Amino acid sequence: MADKLRAQQQLEQLQARYVGTGHADTTKFEWSSNIQRDSYASYVGHPPLLSYMAIGMGECREKVRGAMIEKMIQPVGKPPEVQD
Amino acid sequence: MATTSTMFMYSLTVQPPTAITQAILGQFAGTKEQQIVTASGSRLTLHRPDPSQGKILTALSHDVFGIIRAIAAFRLAGSNKGRITIVEFLPAQNRFSRLHLETFGKSGVRRVIPGQYLAVDPKGRACLIASAEKNKLVYVLNRNSQAELTISSPLEAHKAQTLVFALVALDVAFSNPVFAALEVDYGESDQDPTGQAYEEIEKTLVYYELDLGLNHVVRKWADPVDRTATILFQVPGGQDGPSGVLVCGEDNITYRHSNQEAFRVAIPRRRGATEDPQRKRSIVAGVMHKLKGAAGAFFFLLQTEDGDLFKVTIEMAEDEDGAPTGEVQRLKIKYFDTVPVSSSLCILKSGFLFVASEFGNHQFYQFEKLGDDDEEIEFTSDDFPVDATEPYTPSVDSMNPLMDCKVANLTDEDAPQIYSICGTGARSTFRTLKHGLEVNEIVESELPGVPSAVWTTKLTRDDTFDAYIILSFTNATLVLSIGETVEEVTDTGFLSSASTLAVQQLGEDGLIQVHPKGIRHIRADRRVNEWAAPQHRSIVAATTNERQVAVALSSGEIVYFEMDSDGALAEYDEKKEMTGTVTCLSLGEVPEGRVRSNFLAVGCDDSTVRILSLDPDSTLENKSVQALTSAPSALSIMAMADSSSGGSTLYLHIGLYSGVYLRTVLDEVTGELSDTRTRFLGPKPAKLFRVSVQGQTAVLALSSRPWLGYSDPVTKAFMLTPLNYPGLEWGWNFSSEQCTEGMVGIQGQNLRIFSIEKLTDNLLQESIPLTYTPRQFVRHPDHPYFYTIESENNVLSPATKAKLLEDPAIVNGDAAVLPPEEFGYPRGRGHWASCISIIDPITEKSVLQKVDLDDNEAAVSMATVSFASQEDEVFLVVGTGKDMIVSPRASTAGFIHVYRFHEDGKEIEFIHKTKVEEPPMALLGFQGRLLAGVGKDLRIYDLGMRQLLRKSQTEVVPNLIVGLQTQGSRIVVSDVQESVTMVVYKFQENKLIPFVDDTIARWTSCTTMVDYETVAGGDKFGNLWLLRCPTKASEEADEEGSGAHLLHERQYLQGAPHRLALMAHFYPQDIPMSIQKTNLVAGGRDCLLWAGLQGTLGILVPFVGREDVDFFQTLEQHMRSEDAPLAGRDHLIYRSYYVPVKGVIDGDLCERYTLLPTDKKQMIAGELDRSVREIERKISDIRTRSAY
Repeated sequence: MADKLRAQQQLEQLQARYVGTGHADTTKFEWSSNIQRDSYASYVGHPPLLSYMAIGMGECREKVRGAMIEKMIQPVGKPPEVQD
Repeated sequence: MATTSTMFMYSLTVQPPTAITQAILGQFAGTKEQQIVTASGSRLTLHRPDPSQGKILTALSHDVFGIIRAIAAFRLAGSNKGRITIVEFLPAQNRFSRLHLETFGKSGVRRVIPGQYLAVDPKGRACLIASAEKNKLVYVLNRNSQAELTISSPLEAHKAQTLVFALVALDVAFSNPVFAALEVDYGESDQDPTGQAYEEIEKTLVYYELDLGLNHVVRKWADPVDRTATILFQVPGGQDGPSGVLVCGEDNITYRHSNQEAFRVAIPRRRGATEDPQRKRSIVAGVMHKLKGAAGAFFFLLQTEDGDLFKVTIEMAEDEDGAPTGEVQRLKIKYFDTVPVSSSLCILKSGFLFVASEFGNHQFYQFEKLGDDDEEIEFTSDDFPVDATEPYTPSVDSMNPLMDCKVANLTDEDAPQIYSICGTGARSTFRTLKHGLEVNEIVESELPGVPSAVWTTKLTRDDTFDAYIILSFTNATLVLSIGETVEEVTDTGFLSSASTLAVQQLGEDGLIQVHPKGIRHIRADRRVNEWAAPQHRSIVAATTNERQVAVALSSGEIVYFEMDSDGALAEYDEKKEMTGTVTCLSLGEVPEGRVRSNFLAVGCDDSTVRILSLDPDSTLENKSVQALTSAPSALSIMAMADSSSGGSTLYLHIGLYSGVYLRTVLDEVTGELSDTRTRFLGPKPAKLFRVSVQGQTAVLALSSRPWLGYSDPVTKAFMLTPLNYPGLEWGWNFSSEQCTEGMVGIQGQNLRIFSIEKLTDNLLQESIPLTYTPRQFVRHPDHPYFYTIESENNVLSPATKAKLLEDPAIVNGDAAVLPPEEFGYPRGRGHWASCISIIDPITEKSVLQKVDLDDNEAAVSMATVSFASQEDEVFLVVGTGKDMIVSPRASTAGFIHVYRFHEDGKEIEFIHKTKVEEPPMALLGFQGRLLAGVGKDLRIYDLGMRQLLRKSQTEVVPNLIVGLQTQGSRIVVSDVQESVTMVVYKFQENKLIPFVDDTIARWTSCTTMVDYETVAGGDKFGNLWLLRCPTKASEEADEEGSGAHLLHERQYLQGAPHRLALMAHFYPQDIPMSIQKTNLVAGGRDCLLWAGLQGTLGILVPFVGREDVDFFQTLEQHMRSEDAPLAGRDHLIYRSYYVPVKGVIDGDLCERYTLLPTDKKQMIAGELDRSVREIERKISDIRTRSAY
């Protein structure tokens, strides 16, 4: 039992430390939000990729950057209803 | 690891990226002069603006082998030395020589790895590094007792589920450093299924204070701001102003500070018939500038996405003495000017504005006035003036973004040119790149006859400038004097009735003329001493320096003269008999402090060069011999700067009758020849001349075109670059008052005087303006014309614009059309403007015809196709999309337009268009028909009378076809997401059968077939790769017969029956937009040229032997440890960013070997069991053999 508890604690620690660490009950919403947020952060973080997207959209880089971070707030729409 | 690959490539950068991700200003040299440091790709460049010439010079460029995410300059309190902090995804560090390095993340650019934002306290006491989400690290910067910079361990200011939009440091003078961040907390909206929390999300401005006493960071103040805000600007504090920040959102600029009221001002909009009055502007870039002298005198220049610059000032309450109190009263905004949309703006103290454009050329402007006294309406200005307040000064060429690139030889020169399409919007261009140095022509004048040679000479040793130009004709010599005007003189003492072989200023004030029958020594008092050649013999070759003369007679004898103490020429008693006829001779310059040059080089027609000693003890004794592949046509001994020894080395340059140029090192003591490097110049015999360019000795080599051999100003490596100039027959150094470092040359019957101003740039650019963002281009198969497709999203098409302008209800008097190059096109959401242009890059150098597309169609792909059904007539085929939405991808229809060429391709005529379900993203001519990628389908079309006729169709890829390549009946199809698939076309059955695909998802951006089995390509994340089809699969696919066996073969893991094998993989950082197999230099080897979005041009050179691979692999390994990248990123990890590097050696790292200090060079050379010179030769050889 103690082992299980410790594992649980370690996992919680990891989850607190590293954003996106999953657990047994990760929902589809959590997982996909996390993936999407990672993607958007990567688009913003790599200058050539941001330029590439800005050219495709016909916008300027700074606007695309703002829009990407904005999308990170709710990348895959509203969370699902909680069913108990 | 990499060692297992059977294919090895050597990666080299031909042109580094020209896109600037960020530019900062600082006094980095420790002087008052301001410099600009820019980050572009993995390169950090220090630019020195030269206000007197209005130019920007590159002082230093360094590849850090990492992704530079943000840079900031800071100055430490009490120190007057500017320092720079470079932050890559791992480290924070200082200057070009590393002062400090802190690692804060190891796993690349990710959401929670700090580095996205970097802010430095204006007093240089601390810096904050933040990630896009959650993490913030504060470092305290200090100096220890030895005045060395120290950096504390980081203090954390993390807040989970918080996104950061912008970050700046507050100017708080000497109180505790404060940083302001624009944040959104998404924690609640993630838990609320009703969506209400999301609706109510607030954006907050948060102050983080670093308490220096407690060494602790606190969240000091948070206040909601405009939801649309994305950018912050620091407002000066302390003595200079009120402190605080400007928060810029959609349509507004707000001043915020914890102890002040908020002040808000709207961003003025443009007015006009084509403007949507509801479109909101936002600020995308800006700069704050403090004026010298007065306290509180500062202003902001903020730029909107249209490129309009607004001057924002803050008015403060004043106390009794009229000094500002720091209490803000109002904010003022005023239109200032329009410049290209920038990624960074820098205002220099010398009154210049540097605009690092996000796309296109970077601009350098000079301020004329600060717009204090013009008629511009303040506050809510919506009028729009066209007159610019600043004169335009030269721009810095930038190829960013480079959309497509092709190598072709349209001018029939020895080497092909690179053609590319670059830029966005109205500032896009078609560029021609040529390898060569820019030549500045000074004089071109026609002569009475065709001269065979030309010299210039001064009259006495102490003269600074040349006095005479001597021209030799077949049987006459003409002397011209250089002064205010150039005119013929006759009383010079020169023999005018014979041709001349050499001219030299000798000793103190004598002149020498060597002609076929003798040597004339002209003294200062016009006395002439003549040495006549022995009877029945004439002089065939001569060489001179200021103390020595050597001539070769037609009998093969060499006669040597030296100047004696009273200035007369003394003949050496013995003549040296050579075995063959002497073709050329060379004496080196007399070294400083010596009386003679020790060596004479003699070239004979038996294809040898001999070095003779001129030492008094062993005069004319043979020292060494070098055998050549052809008879030498020219020789030149000269001392030049050298990177291997660090100083200057004596070289013997040899030109051959076959047009080959050789450079060998001449040992100054023994006369031994070693380290020979060869280069093919052109089909004509090479002639060599010693000239002086930019203060260094250089060699002018003439063959079918002129070349200049010089040492690179930065790396000191020897470079041989063609001049962008017509072919010359003869050249000589030229120096006069008007032109101190020039050259004089003969071209046919013309005398030309020219100079070379710049040695740093060896790629010449020429550009032709285009209308919209170019997407793709093709060349006419037979004629030198290019066809581009251009399209622009969210821009009104010309037809819509005309309709709006005609509408009498909207026009209100000031319907002046603004020039789109400066102001951009009128914008409208959902609209597309697109056109096809015909470009003549050779004769007209302009756009010949422009075909606009209407109905909101935009061109997406093009190809030239010869249809077998039309007797192989070539047509231009263009794929378009109607009402396209970029993300998520949508459109109402796609079309394939067909155009017929007229007048050899100078004009195109529309024939018909065919509707398809989706925009066809890839088109290709294939076996006399058209191959089109429409969505997932690959189709074959034939040309009909009314429309294209579909002949065959198969679904071959999972997502969307974006590229097609073909050889024989094999087609390489690239998918937008799922790498490439190879498809075979079975003609009898009319079937397209995919037979091999890839294991990894690659977001393919470009591909090319290297050979029948191998594909090279690039993807959107900036990788380059080579894939090869397994031999068995390849053979099976091409088996005779129906292809039934292919159709019924079992699928492997839901894909094609076979898989491609990865041969090579490399991460160059820039996104490859085009790749092709080509040859870049005359007589060079084939290589893969790729062009990156940010303007990078790079090549991959295949290795031929295993031995070279082993050598370069070991060298690369040593370089990794000896010259660890500046930013602290492990080189191997960097090049393996997405996929472990395989089969590719980083040539850019290997080339840094020449820049290492001598002891390190020797150490590596020792490890490799080779000499330093040998290693450098190998490094330079591999580049010159296939590139510049």
